[in-house]
Amino acid sequence: MRAMFCVLSAASLALASCATEEQKPAAQAPVETKPGAPQAVQTQPVKPVTPGKPGASPFAALKDPGSILSKRTVYFDFDKFDVKPEYRPLVEAHAKFLRENPSAKMLIQGNADERGSREYNVGLGQRRSEAVKKMLTLLGAREEQIEAVSLGEEKPACAEHSEECWAKNRRDDMLYSGEY
Amino acid sequence: MTRLLALFLLCIPAAHAQLSIEITGAGAQRIPIAIVPFVGEKTLPPGISSIVRADLERSGFFRGLELPPIAPEPTEATSINYAEWRSRLADALLVGSVQQRPDGRFEVRFRVHDVVKQQPLGGIAYTLNKDQVRATAHRISDFVYEKLTGEKGVFSTRIAYVVKRGNRYELQIADYDGANAETALASFEPIISPVWSPDGKRLAYVSFENKKPVVYIHTLADGRRHVVANFKGSNSAPAWTPDGNRLAVVLSREGGSQLFMINADGSGVRRLASSSAIDTEPRFSPDGQSIYFTSDRGGTPQIYRMSATGGEPQRVTFEGSYNVSPRISPDGKTLAYITRNDSKFQVALLDLSTRQVQILTDSDRDESPSFSPNGRMILLATVIGERGVLSAVSADGRVKQRLSTAAGDVREPAWGPFIE
Repeated sequence: MRAMFCVLSAASLALASCATEEQKPAAQAPVETKPGAPQAVQTQPVKPVTPGKPGASPFAALKDPGSILSKRTVYFDFDKFDVKPEYRPLVEAHAKFLRENPSAKMLIQGNADERGSREYNVGLGQRRSEAVKKMLTLLGAREEQIEAVSLGEEKPACAEHSEECWAKNRRDDMLYSGEY
Repeated sequence: MTRLLALFLLCIPAAHAQLSIEITGAGAQRIPIAIVPFVGEKTLPPGISSIVRADLERSGFFRGLELPPIAPEPTEATSINYAEWRSRLADALLVGSVQQRPDGRFEVRFRVHDVVKQQPLGGIAYTLNKDQVRATAHRISDFVYEKLTGEKGVFSTRIAYVVKRGNRYELQIADYDGANAETALASFEPIISPVWSPDGKRLAYVSFENKKPVVYIHTLADGRRHVVANFKGSNSAPAWTPDGNRLAVVLSREGGSQLFMINADGSGVRRLASSSAIDTEPRFSPDGQSIYFTSDRGGTPQIYRMSATGGEPQRVTFEGSYNVSPRISPDGKTLAYITRNDSKFQVALLDLSTRQVQILTDSDRDESPSFSPNGRMILLATVIGERGVLSAVSADGRVKQRLSTAAGDVREPAWGPFIE
């Protein structure tokens, strides 16, 4: 049987497949069908692309520890929702990524520290996730690419009851589809 | 006190002891009641009279008298010598008996007496199976409580709460005293904000199983559940209308955390109010005319009230910089909420007519207050020794109880309605 050859397009590569050993072409990927290829085609196993090499998927940068895009967390001060200047380069990098990869989708999970009402803390986390979403869209990401949600105080990164710990919990985590 | 505690532990069989109860305070004026062990009740462990006694003492309105063995043992059929019971310092007397019927079921009969007025107040005969001992005892407690206080008892009601063990979350339903706990939902993602439908058959809650908050309704009898609100963004803080047909929810689908109304089947969503603040934790007044909710529109989170049809909200809390989680009493006259004092989060009770505020608890990480359906007690979550426990405090602040599990954090309590 003759295999079908696929060319991976960066824009159409399903993000979920980045994390797996085998990558399958997404629906819109430009494909070249050899004459006589059967209807029930088998896809050629594709090795994960190597970051940095010409033609590599830009999505690989999301996992590359050397890329700013692998950083996903924005921390907030107590009772604050503004994105601090130190996180601007991070948010800008993700905005650029979303702009250049229109198929990319992001979930921003806002979080609050444990003090006070769980539902009010859902509100505080929502304000934080929307703050980063707003900055991303002002920098050119499309509204439809991003969902801002809140986990309130329910998913602490740090479980102790101290200011040091609470500071780690007042955060936004940016996740791309396939990562949550 | 030790003896009381021992009694409670005895009357909750270990197999069902999901939650154990400890009383840490008592009412000032408690009715001394003599509860005579029901003749023949040993055939129905753990013993109806001990469950009734625990119920009545837990209410804070009764004190069970210590009784010497009395021969012959009085039953509901006995002619009562009231002077004798007065000399035993009893204001009230409960007597009864248990008999096995030829069909293998049991018959429990009882009579309650007002010893001061020297008159019987009535009694009932119940037929039951062996697995209905606790439920029957709670019915008897309800009868005695209502006869002697003039108010409905809550001994047959149920509570919902969330237990977290490791990374596992369980939404549990138990009798009001923590017995007979059952798991309605188990998840590896958080569950918060359970609220009972007015008919006590369904729970609405927020589950994070989709990596974001989504509102569900869960029918307890068959375990069926459906999504009520899963819009883009966060969906949380459900509150039933008193008719059980609709819910107020908090959605971020139009930006921010804002109040919406939605039908219980998830249809007909419409915005209720509009602000640039966090508006959350809605609760309807018992008449359905008003909604109490938390909002930080004034700079700090405070409680507001507005018409259930929308309109301009009025601020309700003024003392302190953090007042959240409003819960209106069943009679609509008082408002329980969580207030921050320095760094302590405690249950406060606001008298809506006099504007008087009373702090009811002495713990410091209280959350999620919930009125008993007769308004006498408030169930809440707090933290003791780094563990989440449930606690109950009487609306006058005098009686305090603690319910805890052997393992795991307990939180998000919700006291269910009266069940007919």
